[in-house]
Amino acid sequence: GSSRPFHKYETDNVFLRSSASAARGSVGGEEREGGDDDLKILDMVVFRFHQYQVVGRALPSAIDEHPKIYRMKLWATNEVRAKSKFWYFLRKLKKVKKSNGQVLAINEIFERKPTKIKNYGIWLRYQSRTGYHNMYKEYRDTTLNGAVEQMYNEMASRHRVRYHCIQIIKTATIPSKLCKRESTKQFHDSKIKFPLVFKKVRPPSRKLKTTYKASRPNLFM
Amino acid sequence: QGRFRISHHALDRTVREAISNPNDHKTLGALRPLSSAVVESLSLALKMPFKRYVEIGRVAFVTYGKEYGRLVVIVDVIDQNRALVDSPEMVRGQINFKRLSLTDIKIDIPRVPKKKTLIDAMETADVKNKWENSSWGRKLIVQKRRASLNDFDRFKVMLAKIKRGGAIRQELAKLKKADVA
Repeated sequence: GSSRPFHKYETDNVFLRSSASAARGSVGGEEREGGDDDLKILDMVVFRFHQYQVVGRALPSAIDEHPKIYRMKLWATNEVRAKSKFWYFLRKLKKVKKSNGQVLAINEIFERKPTKIKNYGIWLRYQSRTGYHNMYKEYRDTTLNGAVEQMYNEMASRHRVRYHCIQIIKTATIPSKLCKRESTKQFHDSKIKFPLVFKKVRPPSRKLKTTYKASRPNLFM
Repeated sequence: QGRFRISHHALDRTVREAISNPNDHKTLGALRPLSSAVVESLSLALKMPFKRYVEIGRVAFVTYGKEYGRLVVIVDVIDQNRALVDSPEMVRGQINFKRLSLTDIKIDIPRVPKKKTLIDAMETADVKNKWENSSWGRKLIVQKRRASLNDFDRFKVMLAKIKRGGAIRQELAKLKKADVA
């Protein structure tokens, strides 16, 4: 069937895996170096938001034997919510509801190169206390899920906007030349160098944490 | 907002000139990110007490989390809080600076090198030996040894300490006698 993307989501190739095979790999998908399995993996961040591709269409009926198939990429904490969000958006765009439609496929999309640092630009639409606004934000991260998570955290802290009031319009990987924000551009330095000015050394595990300490901490790196 | 700020008035005049960039109109008066050359000159001009910098090639020690005790190399900086970090026995990954302690060792690598390049660079810089001979590294080895002692070993340590204490006291007694006499 024809799948016409009605939302222009990020156009760079995304590595797609079915949810079943995803369960075999680990969360977020890390790079296996030359099939070497005794290489350790750094504390893999468990992403709160996963990226899903949901494909659905209206149910075939007498009027329309082959309804158009629509595909959408969205972020949700789990698959159930992803499907729900899919219908939410689709309802607003086409005359179809969950009750007279069907989801054909839902796959989780993983990061293709989770060890490469990228600049992500996120276009969003959010609802503030007084109305709807559009925004463009930039984040520097290794994975798109990480950048989206950063975005949700930042929106919550800076604008007091919660998850359900934010709609992601578009995400894209931005080449360094086209970044707009100074706070991401300042890391585009191949000879970057800065000291860690304020360094509190913490106990290596939470078990060794104590309320009182005998001496004041040495904050110098 | 993640910028390494230095107050303008604290800067040496020559350094200030080096930093100020007429093309930079959008930065609300804050300083442009400092290139490494400027940081070096700052460090000398201001006598900044920082000797260990977060930079590509800096060897760091992981001090928190699952990877505790591992030596890693910073291969790139993601943002103000995180670095991309790599090590011969590890898949390249990100880590927060709060989990790292910078060491004195720095190796010469390009930004985000291939694993092989990284291993070669670590060999030429002789990171392993430098680390094990440094006082920090030696302390860690001793700590590990102490933690892995069994009861018999601890008994032997106790005897050795008593013996050493006895020898010291003997010498001290000799010196005292010589002093009195």
